[in-house]
Amino acid sequence: MDVKDQVIAIIAEQAMLEPSDVALDSTPEDLGIDSLGLVETIFAIEEAFDISVPFNANDPTASDFDISSVAKIIEGIQTLIKEQSS
Amino acid sequence: MKRVVITGAGTINALGHDVAQTQEAMREGRCGIGELEFRDVDRLAIRIGGQVRGYDAEAVFNRQQLALYDRFTQFTLLAARQAMAQSGLEFSGELANKSGVVLGTSGGGLTTQDENYRAVYEEGKNRVHPFVVPKLMNNAAASHVSMEFNLRGPSFTVATACASSNHAMGQAFQMIRTGMCTAMITGGSESMLCFGGVKAWEGLRVMTKDACRPFSATRNGMVQGEGAGIFVFEEYEHAKARGATILAEVLGFAMTSDAADIVMPSKQGAARAISGALADARIDKTRVGYVNAHGTGTAANDKTECAAVADVFGTHADKLMMSSTKSMHGHLIGGTGAVELLACLMALNEGIIAPTINYEEPDPECALDVVPNEAREAEVDVVLSNAFAFGGLNAVLALGRV
Repeated sequence: MDVKDQVIAIIAEQAMLEPSDVALDSTPEDLGIDSLGLVETIFAIEEAFDISVPFNANDPTASDFDISSVAKIIEGIQTLIKEQSS
Repeated sequence: MKRVVITGAGTINALGHDVAQTQEAMREGRCGIGELEFRDVDRLAIRIGGQVRGYDAEAVFNRQQLALYDRFTQFTLLAARQAMAQSGLEFSGELANKSGVVLGTSGGGLTTQDENYRAVYEEGKNRVHPFVVPKLMNNAAASHVSMEFNLRGPSFTVATACASSNHAMGQAFQMIRTGMCTAMITGGSESMLCFGGVKAWEGLRVMTKDACRPFSATRNGMVQGEGAGIFVFEEYEHAKARGATILAEVLGFAMTSDAADIVMPSKQGAARAISGALADARIDKTRVGYVNAHGTGTAANDKTECAAVADVFGTHADKLMMSSTKSMHGHLIGGTGAVELLACLMALNEGIIAPTINYEEPDPECALDVVPNEAREAEVDVVLSNAFAFGGLNAVLALGRV
C-alpha cells in the first residue's frame, strides 16, 4: 500500500467509512471527523509512518501542516516522510 | 428536609455482571476471587484477586468509545445503564438541571496510566495516544455518565481511598435531602488489577496470597477486587409521584477523620462515624439489625472495627449481625462501599444476610456475630454500611425500608 492509500485507510477508519468513500477533496469536517478525532488521526499517521506531524490542536489552521482536505494531508505526509527520513 | 430513596441499582464485579447475579452469589456464599490474569503477573508475589471475568469490552463499546473509556469508566457506564433502566428515569429540562453525578474512585484510570508508563519507560516509545489524559482522569467516569444520561447539575468525583464511594453516596444523599437536587447517580468504581496496581499494594505487605478471611483468627490480609456499583438516588415525593419501585431509603450519613495515622485505623474515628450516622438518621441504635462491615481481612482493620461497633452499640452489639462481603468480591477500594450496598439492599428487601465466607476460627478480638460462611434469613429494618479508608477518613451510611 502506498502512502496515499495508507493515509486514506487511516482517515476512513477514523470516520467509520469505506476507503472508497473518502474523497480527496473532502475536509475532515465533511467526513464527520471532529477536533478530537483529528488529533487521533494525526496520532495514527505518526505511528504508521514513524514521523512527527507539526499539528497544534489549539489552532489547527496556524500549524505548518495543512489539513484543509484529504489531498493536502496526503501531500503534507509525503513531504514529512521525505524530510524526516533523511 | 427531604427524604431520599434508592430507585435503581446496577453493578459489575467479580460475583456477577448485574445485581441479580451478585446477590445470588452473596446468598450462596460464593467466592469470586481467583488467580489473576494479566500481563507480567508472574512478576508479582500476590497473584489472586476478584477480577471481573467473561467481560468483553468490545461487545459493549465501539472503538471510538474504547479509545476514551478506561476500564473503570466502562464498569461505571455498564452499572449506570442497569441502574437507570431499573429506575425508569429520564433526564430532561428542569429535572436534568437539578440532577447530577457524584462517584467515588481511588485509582481512576490506573490501567491507562500503567499501560502508557510501560510504553514510554519500558518500551522506550516517545509518543502516546492523544486521549491518555481524558481517559485516565479520575472524573472521566462521572463525566461520561453525565453525558450519556444528560445530567446537568452538580457532578464530581470523590477520592478518599477505600471510603470513596461511601463519601460519594453521602454527598448525593445530602444534595437531595437539602433540596439542592432532585435525583443523583452515585456510587463508585475501581479497576486497579493491573501489574502496577497490584505491585504497589504488594509493597505495603497487607495483601494475602491465599484468601480473604475477615474476622477469622486465621486472617492474613486483604485481596483486591474490581468493578462498580451505581445507584439512582431520588427525592422520595418525586419517586412516589411517578410510581417508582423503591429499593430502600437512605436514612443518614456521617463522616469523620481520625486525624491520627496515614494507614492505621482508629477505633474512635470509626465509632464517631457509626454513631454519627445513627444520630443523623435519628434512629435508635437498637433498631439496627445488620452492619455491612468494612471488614478488609487485615489484622488491624477487623479488630478495630469490631471494637468500634461494640463501643457504639453496647449490649445491642451482641444482637446485631455484621458481615464482610469482601471475602467474596474482594476489596474494590474506591468502589467497594457501592458494591457492598447491594448486600444492604438484599438484607432489607429479601431478609437475607450475606455471609462472611472463608471464616475458620473465632478471634476473641472480633467477638461479634459475623454471619460465618452461610447466609442467614433475618428480618431487619435498619442497616449500616461502614467504610474506613487509609488516611483515617471514615464514612458510614444508614439505610432502611420505606
